[in-house]
Amino acid sequence: MIRDINLTVNGEPVSIRVEDHWTLLRALREGLGLTGTKEGCGNGECGACTVILEGRPVNSCMVLAVEAEGKELRTIEGEADGENISGLQQAFIDEGAIQCGFCTPGMVMSARALLMRNPDPGEDEVKEAICGNLCRCTGYKPIVSAILEAARREKKNAG
Amino acid sequence: MQDDLIGKSVPRIDGVEKVTGSAVYTQDMTLPGMLYAKMLLSPHPHARIVSVNTSAARALPGVRAVLTGADLPYRLGLYMVDKPILADGKTRYFGEPVAAVAAVTEDIAREAVDLIEVEYEILEPVLDARKALQKDSPLVHEFLHTYDCVKGVFCPVEKTNIANDFRLKKGDPEGGFAGSDMVVENEFYVPQVQHVPMETHCSIAHYKPNGDIQIWTSAQSPFAVRDLLRAALDISHARIRVIVPTVGGGFGGKAGIHLEPLVAMLSRAAGFRPVKITATRTEEFKTLPCRQGLHARIKTGVTKEGRILAEEIEYIWDAGAYADYGVNIGRASGYSGAGPYDIENISISSLTVYTTKPFGTAYRGFGHVEVFWAVESHMDMVARELGMDPYEFRMKNLLDIGSRTVTGEEVTESTGSVRKCLEEVARGIEWGKPPGEAGGPNKVRGKGIAVLHKAPAMPPNTASSAVIKFNEDATANVMVSGVDYGQGTATSLTQMAAYHLRLPVENLHFVWGKDTDFGPYDWQTVASRLTMMGGISIERAAADAIYQIKETAAEALGVPAAELEHGDGRVFVRGDESRALDFKEVVMGYKYPDGHAIGGPVIGRGRYVAEGLTNLDLETGQGLPALCWTYGAHAVEVEVDKETGDVEIIKIVSAFDVGKVINEALCRGQVLGGTVQGLGCTVSEHYVYDGEGHLLNASFTDYKIPTVRDIPREMVQVFIETPHDKGPFGARGVAEHPMISVPSVIANAIFDAAGVRILDLPLCPERVYFALKGKLAAK
Repeated sequence: MIRDINLTVNGEPVSIRVEDHWTLLRALREGLGLTGTKEGCGNGECGACTVILEGRPVNSCMVLAVEAEGKELRTIEGEADGENISGLQQAFIDEGAIQCGFCTPGMVMSARALLMRNPDPGEDEVKEAICGNLCRCTGYKPIVSAILEAARREKKNAG
Repeated sequence: MQDDLIGKSVPRIDGVEKVTGSAVYTQDMTLPGMLYAKMLLSPHPHARIVSVNTSAARALPGVRAVLTGADLPYRLGLYMVDKPILADGKTRYFGEPVAAVAAVTEDIAREAVDLIEVEYEILEPVLDARKALQKDSPLVHEFLHTYDCVKGVFCPVEKTNIANDFRLKKGDPEGGFAGSDMVVENEFYVPQVQHVPMETHCSIAHYKPNGDIQIWTSAQSPFAVRDLLRAALDISHARIRVIVPTVGGGFGGKAGIHLEPLVAMLSRAAGFRPVKITATRTEEFKTLPCRQGLHARIKTGVTKEGRILAEEIEYIWDAGAYADYGVNIGRASGYSGAGPYDIENISISSLTVYTTKPFGTAYRGFGHVEVFWAVESHMDMVARELGMDPYEFRMKNLLDIGSRTVTGEEVTESTGSVRKCLEEVARGIEWGKPPGEAGGPNKVRGKGIAVLHKAPAMPPNTASSAVIKFNEDATANVMVSGVDYGQGTATSLTQMAAYHLRLPVENLHFVWGKDTDFGPYDWQTVASRLTMMGGISIERAAADAIYQIKETAAEALGVPAAELEHGDGRVFVRGDESRALDFKEVVMGYKYPDGHAIGGPVIGRGRYVAEGLTNLDLETGQGLPALCWTYGAHAVEVEVDKETGDVEIIKIVSAFDVGKVINEALCRGQVLGGTVQGLGCTVSEHYVYDGEGHLLNASFTDYKIPTVRDIPREMVQVFIETPHDKGPFGARGVAEHPMISVPSVIANAIFDAAGVRILDLPLCPERVYFALKGKLAAK
């Protein structure tokens, strides 16, 4: 059955026409044209489709679109402020945390969700936060460095 | 101001696009009227297709085309033209596409695929490459002798499963063994593994009514896709346009040609509508290619002082169902498969053998991760048999200036130094000193070392080219058709262009998406060849652009061009910088005050074809196959948990003779990522089959790649800069090399720590555990 769902995406109220069996990932990519969120496996195993739903990181391939009705969603497209990329995004660039870039949006979202609930994470907490995000290119070390560096920068800016 | 540019960690030019999610991958693309394709996969490893009934699928509303192998009498292949687009009369592996549907939605395509009925007659599978060599083995390709292949380079053997028989012989191995004090022989095994790019294969094709074909695809090599499709369809190159947007990882698995022909044919059958196919992760494991398996046997004769006198190597490659690319892995790992050692008397046999399993293709290192599992485990074992330190034993036998490789190539200063690499990693791991204290009573620590080498494996006439096209404001577009699917080559090539043009990096626009209609030719983005071959092309394109600028400026300024210099976006008279023109005044042609003009738009072009290489003699394997060797070494300290078999990497030090670091951060990135990828195929990754040849672990749940929790505690990268005389700034490629010898260095350290030697990969905890318990005889 086709229905419209209403939710908030990156601060903006939107309505998406979906079929009942559509995942949230499909609704974002096909319904809203927000293709920054990637599909790496479709089974909740790789984290490439990570978005922040009601403040928590979720694999959007494992959430039915209809479950997002009335909820608040944040995607990679909402991370930068217009042309100004966030400190977290800048840290990914500075630390060499990007290669092919396919896991990057999901990584950034997992990292953002971590920093939202814990602005001052330790290395183990960073690893915990991204252990469900697979990356085949970087060897992870630069990603861990980037998230720790972003936390330092955001703390400094906040202080 | 550009003098310090080479070596500098210029930020990746694709960073902002990727970190904002705005980089467009083929998966993100939708075209007007686009249809979606799905494949029906073979449920049997080896079966004759008796009949296919597609009528129910065709009748489903929304279905626009259904194709089977019988509709597609084409064969594909880079080196060995053996691969049909859809199974042709029989299936050769579990997961092979048998039929395909294009429909208005993916859901309908999937439903239609389920409606296709295929009757199979099950044939005996061929699951072990060694058994496939036996006379009574079923044949995977009955008509092998009719296939095209690169003649004079590959030797398929008629009415057998041997796709290529590579042989090398140098000196007098029999005499060498006879004169040896000790002969050590070991056998090793490497299972099939997967590249696992995070972006699965995805292609869109639009076959147009006039016969033109336009393709958007997640490919490593747009020109190879064009060339191989052209060859299969027997049409002109000019009719095919291949566009490659951002690619989400390749590692060799997206080299050559894959799903592009299938969607092109579906588009034709569907009334010329564009058709998209996106491999599911399961299809990525089951249907798309993997890395070949390897059975290796090495026999080495040594003096009691530790000098190698003779070696006999036998590699049997488990190619899987097709060897279109695999035959060259067998060849390349044959001619470089003794490792960077000075061995006077040697014979190598490297057979590429068909089995009824998923087919192998290029994978980061192109056979070298596999053969170095054998070579560098074996060298450690020989040293231990001799009672020698493995470092000393290697140092006695490694190639040095003046030695000759097993194909007869002389090692010179310019070749680089594997000895320096080994020295550096040994120093970094404090070789000879005891390891650190283990983190518990049931844990033990040990150290290991291993060396490696690799040269680009490619035809001897492989070519690259580059174009630097100036814009009106004297910025320039830089074009190379090698694809940057993560390596960072786009950034390092831009740095090289900026250096030669003496312009800021920001004034250059590296043209990201690749397009065979507009971009300059490049053979393939493989083999760690782009830094060198693309770099030389860039240097020549920049020189050509500057020549054009100076030619026009010379006339305008009334001085000979030879008296002009360039820098900071200006061209000026040497010794009198007041007589100068801005590039802006020249790059579209110089206009005199009265309005008449000279020169014209500046388009620099550079081209390069590998020089000085030869085919190898088919009997002896002698010749010059290597444009450029890159040497390297790893050293590790590991901690083995005797209760669980878990192996933790405490520290890994990796050194490579890269000739010249172009971008330090990107160079380190290749080593970090490659090493961790190597770790994956060391400790966990392998294809698992049931007894009949059905792949059992086609998902991330069952096929484990490293996560952030699996990385070494400490990773150190060392770069040695022995300039290569042909390389740009002396640079060599290093993208594949970090992965090579990671499995063997860890195995060597496990032996040092726990006294067990494991001969089959992967070194998963249960295998280590049982080896420790002595329950599993090490083969």
